[in-house]
Order: sequence, then C-alpha cells, then structure tokens
Amino acid sequence: MNVADITFYVYSITIIVAGLLTVTSRSPVHSVLWLILCFISAATMFILLGAEFVAMLLVIVYIGAVAVLFLFVVMMLDVDFAQLRAEMSKYLPIALLIGVVLLMQLVLAYGTWTYSEGMEARLVNPTPAPDEIHNTQAIGALLYDRYMLPFQLSGLVLLVAMIGAIVLTLRHRADVKRQNVLAQMYRDPAKAMELKDVKPGQGL
Amino acid sequence: MQEFLTNYAPILIFMGIAIGLGLVLILAAVIIAVRNPDPEKVSAYECGFNAFDDARMKFDVRFYLVSILFIIFDLEIAFLFPWAVSFADMSMTAFWSMMVFLAVLTVGFAYEWKKGALEWE
Repeated sequence: MNVADITFYVYSITIIVAGLLTVTSRSPVHSVLWLILCFISAATMFILLGAEFVAMLLVIVYIGAVAVLFLFVVMMLDVDFAQLRAEMSKYLPIALLIGVVLLMQLVLAYGTWTYSEGMEARLVNPTPAPDEIHNTQAIGALLYDRYMLPFQLSGLVLLVAMIGAIVLTLRHRADVKRQNVLAQMYRDPAKAMELKDVKPGQGL
Repeated sequence: MQEFLTNYAPILIFMGIAIGLGLVLILAAVIIAVRNPDPEKVSAYECGFNAFDDARMKFDVRFYLVSILFIIFDLEIAFLFPWAVSFADMSMTAFWSMMVFLAVLTVGFAYEWKKGALEWE
C-alpha cells in the first residue's frame, strides 16, 4: 500500500464519518462545519483522481461560497431544530420505506447497465494523463468549443439565479436617505450659495 | 500520475501538521489548563451590560443577497480560468463563446447595478 492508497482510505473514511455527523449532529451550525470537512475530503479525492481543477473549484466555490451561504441560511431561519429532530422517530418508518424504494430503483437501473463500444479503452485512460497535458488546459480545450451549448446554458442559469435572487430579496426602504453621487458631482457651488451685502442698520 | 501526485505531497504534509498541531493544542488545553467554572465566567460576555439575547438571531436577508451575487461571479471567474489557460491554441468559436457568456452575465450585472442591489442602505 503506497501513500496514495493510504490517503484515499483516510479521506474516504473522513467523508463517510463527516457525512453521517452532518446528518446527525444536534446544532445546525455544527452540521455545516461537518459538511465543510466533507467537501475538503472530496476535494482530496478529486486530486487523487488527477482532476485538480475540479478539486480547486470545490475548495473555492463549495467551501468558500456555498458553505458560507449555508451558514447564512442556518442563521437566518429561526427554526427550532431540536424540536424538529424530536419528531424524527415519527417519520422514521416512511423515511426507511423511501430509502428502500430508492435502493431498489438503483439496483434495477444498474442491473441492466451495459457499457458502450470501446468503453474498456476509455476507462483505462478516461482523461489525458496529467503528466502530458495540464488538467485545466484539457478542460479548456473541450468546454468552450465542443460543449458550447451546456456552457452557454450554464451562463443563462447564472443569469436567472442573479435576477431571481434580486427579485426575491431586494426591497428598497423608502424611509432611508441615500447618497446620489451624480447629483453631488454636478452640484454647482456658484448656484448653491448667494452672497448678500448687508448694510449696517438695515435688514435684508 | 505518480509524479503529479508527488507534487501534492507538501500539501499532504501541511495538512498532517495542521491537524496534529490543532489536536495537540486542544488536548493540551484539556489536560494542562486549570478549570474552575463559574456561571458568571462561562456566560456570554457583552461589554458593560448583561447580554440581552441569544447569539442566534435573524440575519437581514440582504447578507444573503450579497453572498448569492458573490457566488455567481465566483463561478463566472471559475469558467474563465480554463479559457485563459488554453487561450493560445483556441478556436475562434471558443473565443466568441466565452464573449457571449460574459455578455450574458454583464446584462445581469447591469440589471443588478440598475436595481441598486449593490448598494447598502
């Protein structure tokens, strides 16, 4: 067993344990922290597979952004999670039923699974070897050209997410005074004030 | 593959050191530190007055909006990386494909700016 194998086993056990603790831990904030541990271990898995770009994306996007978002959601929802958990035993039978049905469906689906022609050759070398071509470059050579439609669709999905988030959460409060930068910049000092020469003993 | 993984050995060593050091510090606190708890000592400290409230309070939803907008542009940058790396031997289709992608997201950015989602009131 070499170092890569040991790393694989250590991190796969970490993923499973962290995943279980994500589901079972009492405090939702702790759940999110376990989820972050799970993401880090998954990133290590991707590196062991030779997919370093995906691993770095996992660290930047999932740990850096999505986990923070989850923390916000957990903080924002003022739900009593302990109470929700107390009712878990009530729903346990139906949850088990759904789990068994899902498992059976997976077994049915994978039982009749057949590989396409020449799959063995592609399985041996699924991506260009990392020593030959850089991982990020291999993605770049394919993504924007051959897989242009999914790429453009992902752009549209991002646009919809942006507009959706703004439409759902943005509301302007009328009682707040805002700074109008343009009005400030175009203010003419000559017009803003007027000098009056007041003679002694006279008013304006 | 082996050579590629060897490049990551320093990171593995760093991770080992970080985990080991973290465990040592926590365990040292458990073993060595004097513990003499008292209700006043373990209660939440708020400068000058008794704590009003739990730390778990509702956040303003605007924090959420800011972080969602951050994620979207984060992903946009993530798509730019492979494009930039393989720029030298890239077809015109790939180049203009990215330009269209950027244009679509710029439309979203303009919308967001116009709506005032970037302002904090």
